[in-house]
Amino acid sequence: MAFDLAFIWAGLIAFAVLAYVVLDGFDLGVGILFPALKDSREKDLAMNSVAPVWDGNETWLVLGGGGLFAVFPLAYAVVMPALYAPIIAMLIGLIFRGVAFEYRWRTHRAQHFWDKAFFGGSVLAAFAQGVALGALVQGIEVENRAYAGGNWDWLTPFSILTGVAVVVGYALLGATWLMMKTEGAVNDHARRLAWPTGIATLGLIGAVSAITPFLDNEYLSRWFSGWTMAFTGIVPLLIAGCGWLLFTGLKSGHDTRPFLAALGMFVLSFAGIGISFYPNIVPPSLTIWEAAAPDSSLWFVLVGAAVLIPMILAYTAYAYWVFRGKIDPDEGYH
Amino acid sequence: MFGFEAIDLARFQFAFTISFHIVFPAFSIGLASYLAVLNGLHLLTGRDIYLRVFQYWKKIFAVAFGMGVVSGIVMSYQFGTNWSVFSDKTGPILGPLMAYEVLSAFFLEAGFLGVMLFGRERVGPGLHFLATAMVAVGTLMSATWILSVNSWMQTPAGWAMNEAGQFVPEDWWQIVFNPSFPYRLVHMVLAAFLTTALVVGAVGAWHLLRDSTDKGARLMFSMAMWMILGTAPLQILAGDQHGLNTLKHQPAKVMAMEGHYDSHPEGAPLILFGIPNAAEKRIDHAIEIPRLGSLILLHDPNAPMAGLDTIDDDKEPPVAIVFWSFRVMVGLGLAMLGLAFWGAWQRWRGKLFVSDWLHRAAIAMGPMGFVAVLAGWITTEVGRQPYTVYGLLRTADSASPLQASAVTASLLSFIVVYFIVFGMGTFYILRLMGRPTQTTQGRLDEGPIRTAGTTPAAQTEKKERQDGV
Repeated sequence: MAFDLAFIWAGLIAFAVLAYVVLDGFDLGVGILFPALKDSREKDLAMNSVAPVWDGNETWLVLGGGGLFAVFPLAYAVVMPALYAPIIAMLIGLIFRGVAFEYRWRTHRAQHFWDKAFFGGSVLAAFAQGVALGALVQGIEVENRAYAGGNWDWLTPFSILTGVAVVVGYALLGATWLMMKTEGAVNDHARRLAWPTGIATLGLIGAVSAITPFLDNEYLSRWFSGWTMAFTGIVPLLIAGCGWLLFTGLKSGHDTRPFLAALGMFVLSFAGIGISFYPNIVPPSLTIWEAAAPDSSLWFVLVGAAVLIPMILAYTAYAYWVFRGKIDPDEGYH
Repeated sequence: MFGFEAIDLARFQFAFTISFHIVFPAFSIGLASYLAVLNGLHLLTGRDIYLRVFQYWKKIFAVAFGMGVVSGIVMSYQFGTNWSVFSDKTGPILGPLMAYEVLSAFFLEAGFLGVMLFGRERVGPGLHFLATAMVAVGTLMSATWILSVNSWMQTPAGWAMNEAGQFVPEDWWQIVFNPSFPYRLVHMVLAAFLTTALVVGAVGAWHLLRDSTDKGARLMFSMAMWMILGTAPLQILAGDQHGLNTLKHQPAKVMAMEGHYDSHPEGAPLILFGIPNAAEKRIDHAIEIPRLGSLILLHDPNAPMAGLDTIDDDKEPPVAIVFWSFRVMVGLGLAMLGLAFWGAWQRWRGKLFVSDWLHRAAIAMGPMGFVAVLAGWITTEVGRQPYTVYGLLRTADSASPLQASAVTASLLSFIVVYFIVFGMGTFYILRLMGRPTQTTQGRLDEGPIRTAGTTPAAQTEKKERQDGV
């Protein structure tokens, strides 16, 4: 085979999911921190910092889902029923926090309700994503091209741990994003929130990483034998390095470095999960080649993706560029 | 729940979530194009009235678009959660089309939406127009791909089947441009334009009833009435052509639409009204015009037409729903045509902006585009039952292996959440529409960003307003 299309597509889907996690991660994080912000002025600023980009961020989730349907239809058909409750919960969370962006500005009386919806929806979506991740890592039972488990297989102490970890991690991304985009009181406030969320994120990454190899012998062998052992040594070191950058950045008053450090932690953790999974797309038994659509489907989408994804990245970057820099609260309207 | 099986609940859930969803794209496809036109006219002429009407509809667009996005994400995951067998079997064909929709449409809309809503002062009028146009193009691309998907399910082409029982692509050209796609695309895009024109016209009419000198309201009403005059007749033509295409590829659907339980070897009547009687397989109290059915569908009053008696019972769609929804759609289409002619006549008499009864009629017709869109989709979707992929994959064989309790829980959650969220959203939109175009003061008029004043936009706009914009 000249091109291993399934492998290329696994990489592209992984990229879409990673892009989703880091991009929607910070705007969900802003939602998670919403009640911790002091007054309606701080809340306005925080929401405004993500309002122009949240929709684009969330589109990566649609690409993750749609892409899976397109190139790994069997994985899509197995994973969605298996993770039924967390997926539905995530969708409902995303509905509430998504509409809150607009609704909040359309009412005086119910503003506090949509503030709570923004917070609650963000937490629910983040938690459900974490639970779904944990349940996927634990493995999904497949028979005859279909999910063979029960309604509640996804619910375990481990999946709850990963759920909490994602909520806390997104909160860290949100706090460091706010530091980068704001000045004055909101900046200080965000910095104070970044400390505990940063410490908790590192702790939870450690806990999840320590448990994962013992969920499945294959994970254990992947992490502690062969060439991947090199990563086993390097990834935790790099995460620790990101932690060091985060905390020194917070201490020394850097506004951008903590956000980049938090992004680094997410990228590295994601790489760690990738090492655990590969070559499976649905652990413990469904590989990317078994789940892949025929080559003609993979080619057809790949041609478009090769042209369109660079364009998407370019105009997404442009949109971020248009709204670059600090939000200035004194450049006011009133 | 109430003795329903998981499959019934999953079907009801799909019908419920897609019915809510389709309302928003039907509106935002048309409104995005209208905004692009207004923005372009302002750029071209420099007249402030265009910008003011643009700003007015932009806020409404933002709320409607937000609802469309979140209800759309639900759709993109529902295929997997409730219809996993369908997803596995059709994924190799439908998945790539949807992936193209995401890549070529959703990102384009989302990427430029922020600039369109919040970035005018940051990028200048030229690039702002470009961003608005990109959002409009995105909505149209999205319609193109998703209608290709739907049409393939109605008239599958270019496929083969592999040993795992999946539909696999043989010829992508035939798949994308399957036999019913061009008709469905034209019919739906016209429906979106018509629906939006009716809404814009109703809002303009509402404000004209209060103040017939309101310039913004005059502009909206005039543009909307031109649009309805242009699209309503076209839509009737497109609908007719779509019907002929359906007769060729899905005759059972047309039999249900027409209420033709029996075959008519010597020319079929056109049944205007009647009560479908499923048990006796006939239309009770039918009011019919002899041979007109054959004349319309086959262009020959004596042409024989087969009825549902030629179709096996287990391959028939439910007649009553299709029969009624089709009549609702056609009736509303004719009412729209009537409104268009009435508006043209009043315009010719120079009374377009002072004719109260025309304005009242336009307000009454305001929501009817949505009703017609829903009725049309019910006709085509219920009419292709009992199949998800027409003639090849039955709905009953498409569902996920779920327990009824799980689907019940998710269905109830969606019902509660949708009524709260979209009920409130509709209320906010109506309130925005209730405000005249001149007054744009106060916090509730502002979107995110501007209140907090992240951009110099606020000040510039304020200045524009003081300058009498």
